[in-house]
Amino acid sequence: MILTALIALGSLTILLAIMLVIANKKLYVYEDPRIDKVEDMLPHANCGACGFPGCRPFAEGLVQGTVLPGKCTVSSDEARQQIASYLGVSLGSEEKMVARLACAGGKNVARNRAHYDGLDTCTAAALVSGGGKGCFWGCLGKGDCEVVCDFDAITMDENSLPVVNPDKCTACGDCVEVCPKDLFSLQPISRRLWVACKSLDAGDEVLEDCEVGCTACGKCAMDGGPLISMINNLPRINYSLNHATEVPIQRCPTGAIVWLEDNGSKRKGVESKKVLRKSDKEMGWS
Amino acid sequence: MNESIWYIFISASLVNNFVLAYFLGICPFLGVSGKMATATRMGAAVTFVMLISSMCAYGIHWGLEAINAPFLQLISYIVVIASTVQLVEMFIKKMSPALFRALGIFLPLITTNCAILGLALFQTAKGYGFVQSIVYALGAGAGFTLALVLIAGLREKLDFADVPWTVKGTVLTLLVAGILSLVFMGFSGLGSQ
Repeated sequence: MILTALIALGSLTILLAIMLVIANKKLYVYEDPRIDKVEDMLPHANCGACGFPGCRPFAEGLVQGTVLPGKCTVSSDEARQQIASYLGVSLGSEEKMVARLACAGGKNVARNRAHYDGLDTCTAAALVSGGGKGCFWGCLGKGDCEVVCDFDAITMDENSLPVVNPDKCTACGDCVEVCPKDLFSLQPISRRLWVACKSLDAGDEVLEDCEVGCTACGKCAMDGGPLISMINNLPRINYSLNHATEVPIQRCPTGAIVWLEDNGSKRKGVESKKVLRKSDKEMGWS
Repeated sequence: MNESIWYIFISASLVNNFVLAYFLGICPFLGVSGKMATATRMGAAVTFVMLISSMCAYGIHWGLEAINAPFLQLISYIVVIASTVQLVEMFIKKMSPALFRALGIFLPLITTNCAILGLALFQTAKGYGFVQSIVYALGAGAGFTLALVLIAGLREKLDFADVPWTVKGTVLTLLVAGILSLVFMGFSGLGSQ
């Protein structure tokens, strides 16, 4: 009986081993050794800003030559140069993208219509009739974007509005995805002219809920000429034209269209009314 | 045994659910049930491996009967199932990289799982034929996927629930698993008339 067991199991294992050895040779999948090396040089952030699912697929793309190292916005210039010289390709340049917020309604200017008392996230607040904010489109200010940002590029200011630090932002798109109000979008950093409002309402309806919302008065569209057109009560900037002009922001009565500085701060036009209130805007019902 | 294939399928997937009635394969049940997407993939991988191991077990059982050494059943099942899954994994990697990316990382994880071996031993003990074995494997896999998807859905919902901090995390998962198991006891009368 022991003999049977030994022979049976011995032959079985040897058979299987031979099968696996043959399979290993026959079914061997060749992988370029450079993929591993290039992957080591990448930041391992797996953020997806390059358009690939992670650093390894990006490294595969680099080795195949379908992309250039400049596409990785997270790694430093030296690291990118290192990869480019290792693979013998040109660096390739990409204009830096940053996340931009299409809302300026902080606690001091935007009215709350209801008091939300629940789980302290925007995702949860948005589930309850879109949150307590008067403006349906506005930022809920619970800071989901601050939490989700892996690069500490987003901080909430004193009025519970997220502020993006353009130096730290890698345009990975996590905040774009997490915001329940879809207020973030990735924009080339050269786009300075910016509409910081997403409200589709017009006139007094906007002002009732927010002091800095776009009332759809259309002054920027008049001053901007073909650069700006009014669509759905919001100015739309045609970035394919020359948009390096501050003219359209000057006559905006609420300061909804702004000029963004290098450090990410906003500059409003000369005619826009100043907001001096530091305290929260009172709750209200109409 | 002359059980109809429908009877076998319903029995393996609902009445005698591998996870919730036999408590086999608890490790992946708790480990990869955090997200719905991974849970369905894991379920598919388990079904796939169960199918392969069921066919292997049928073959080995037949071979061991021939040389009159049924006491080698347990050890040969493990060896053969593990190496066959390895082989299939290599084959998939070569033939379909897309399928490998979807299923690949789960395959080695479940090869040595007790649910897989349990299935092989059960089907031998019940004396199922080839077609019956395959249906049994499919039913067990479907039941496993169902259990995994159910708990993944519950856990995704519970992430937003306000629960006492003492039961947060693993404790809550175990509680939910227990309640789910109780619910599945309701199927136990099915088919007995």
